[in-house]
Amino acid sequence: MFMFEKALEGSRRYWIWLFCVLAVIAVGFVFYMYQFNVGLGVTGMSRDVSWGLYIAQFTFFVGVAASAVMVVLPYYLHDYKAFGRITILGEFLAITAVIMCMLFIFVDLGQPARIFNMILHPTPWSLMFWDMISLGGYLLLNAVITLVTLTAEREEVAPPAWIKPIIILSIPWAVSIHTVTAFLYAGLPGRAFWLTAIMAPRFLAGAFCSGPALLILFCLILRKTTGFDAGQKAINALAVIVTYAMAINVFFILVEIFTTLYSRIPGDMAPLEYLYVGLDGNYHLVPWMWLSGLLAVFSLSLLLVPSWRGNRVLLPIACLAVFFSLWLDKGLGLIVGGFTPSPLDTITTYTPTLPEWSIVIGVWAIGALMITVFYKIALGVHEEIGEEEVHESVLVAGAAGR
Amino acid sequence: MKITRKDFLRLTGLSFLAAGTIEATHAIAGRSAAQESAPRKETPSQTVRWGMVVDLRKCRKDSGCDACIQACDSAHNIPQFSNPKHQVKWIWTQPYETVFPFIQNGYAEQTDAGIQVPLMCNHCADPPCVRVCPTQATWKRADGIVMMDWHRCIGCRYCMAACPYGSRSFNWLDPRPHIPHINPDFPTRTKGVVEKCNFCEERLAQGQRPACVDACPEKALVFGNLADPNSEPRQLLRERFAVQREPELGTGPSVYYLV
Repeated sequence: MFMFEKALEGSRRYWIWLFCVLAVIAVGFVFYMYQFNVGLGVTGMSRDVSWGLYIAQFTFFVGVAASAVMVVLPYYLHDYKAFGRITILGEFLAITAVIMCMLFIFVDLGQPARIFNMILHPTPWSLMFWDMISLGGYLLLNAVITLVTLTAEREEVAPPAWIKPIIILSIPWAVSIHTVTAFLYAGLPGRAFWLTAIMAPRFLAGAFCSGPALLILFCLILRKTTGFDAGQKAINALAVIVTYAMAINVFFILVEIFTTLYSRIPGDMAPLEYLYVGLDGNYHLVPWMWLSGLLAVFSLSLLLVPSWRGNRVLLPIACLAVFFSLWLDKGLGLIVGGFTPSPLDTITTYTPTLPEWSIVIGVWAIGALMITVFYKIALGVHEEIGEEEVHESVLVAGAAGR
Repeated sequence: MKITRKDFLRLTGLSFLAAGTIEATHAIAGRSAAQESAPRKETPSQTVRWGMVVDLRKCRKDSGCDACIQACDSAHNIPQFSNPKHQVKWIWTQPYETVFPFIQNGYAEQTDAGIQVPLMCNHCADPPCVRVCPTQATWKRADGIVMMDWHRCIGCRYCMAACPYGSRSFNWLDPRPHIPHINPDFPTRTKGVVEKCNFCEERLAQGQRPACVDACPEKALVFGNLADPNSEPRQLLRERFAVQREPELGTGPSVYYLV
């Protein structure tokens, strides 16, 4: 099944890693069963802050999923051959991230057994319905694309011609998943922090730096652990993408802050005050939001200087800073900021609990398991056909054949 | 694979077209939703629209009184949680200045400042909670009451994010052990579903007024048909200055406050 046998052979180190990941998943699962039995009251969420870490993680990983377009688009639309070897890695990352998103939604539901009510009673005026369609569709598209291109690569033939339009379709579809996710929040009256037209563009900018930053880190890890070389040209190009997207992301954040602070409308200012300077003696998230801001400035100053960006030591540091900055911004501040202060001007502190963190880390571990197995398969196919350049030449031949 | 500039522009155009189609579908779906979910605002065709008028002058005379809350809690099997994070509230009170922040303007200090205002679901004419619910577990009846189906709700809490009034509560834990005296005539809820004030539709069906209205010793809560110009609430709204909560959001609340 889907070249799965490749994942079943590996070094001692590979198996130790897999068992560690499985152990973390098991811990998360035990805590999920606890939450399932007792109720979502075991989390830090409340009547006022009714969404927390789960929905925030969902939002962040939709971005990671969408970012695959940053390798797919240059490769397939601009024929940028340097991405030939990493396109499959980007697509596998997208599949993994989408499945993680679905899991984060699932663990957030009060009545998970009723999830199929979404399909039983389809509701097109709910953005949640469209999120289901766009995420499900994106998963399907990427699953078909990876299966078909990898099979073709293994058999050393050109991928069938019909896959090309599907790949092209996956590009706007990637944009749609993060746009619809932004619309989940940006269309609500009475949540001033979310009621902004720049939410979707900001989401996309954040996605297109955090996702490729993660991909660079994966490529560097693969180079160390497996000897797979993504190629310096590809890594450098990815780093340029991260730089542009991060600059745009920071610009969008500053635009948002200007509009709010200069207009000085109290209801719009309150969430920003809560996040960045503290409100009515509540400084809960202030250090984290400033850390996010500092990491953004720090990473951007590393990335903007070409010689630092190309540096083998500084680049991974910059990528880690980008990823963590965005994780704090979107995976923490965005959701809590939308709920604080509440419509009745009360501030309820949200602190994720141990079961909540364990479930979140469990879902991350599921992601780590999937990405390990997927990359093992992809690299296994590479090794099998031996030649490093085959992937590229086959695709070129395929295009020429059409 | 060689792509000329012309090809690229063509492909980009197609991509945008595909993205645009998704948005267009939204717009169409949104419009049909508005058509289906009954009239948006008070329209002449609507013969019944249940609503409430809260006379704050009468209510504040007895500011320690919580008869309406007690009556609602026992009628509807509302659990009593000591942890404020887990509380379930159908009708409750909140300080005047947090409910109507726009009324406190500088030196024009209002005499009502400091009093407790009874709050409940506004049973909006265009309810955001109904718009966002992915399973139609919450919907608006023809008589204006916004209802909840506790058997269909999946517990995603999108409605809680959408409600600009904080009128919705979630069952973070199993509510049953926390109900002091179970009323066998009304269902209890399970953990993991959202609930809120239902304007006592179960009592209206039997020709009774809502429990909170009957319980108020000062007759500060006046319930009736807003679509009927001769109804008690409509008469009060003609005679006195009334406000709604956040009317600028366009939700069209059915609960009015006489200040």
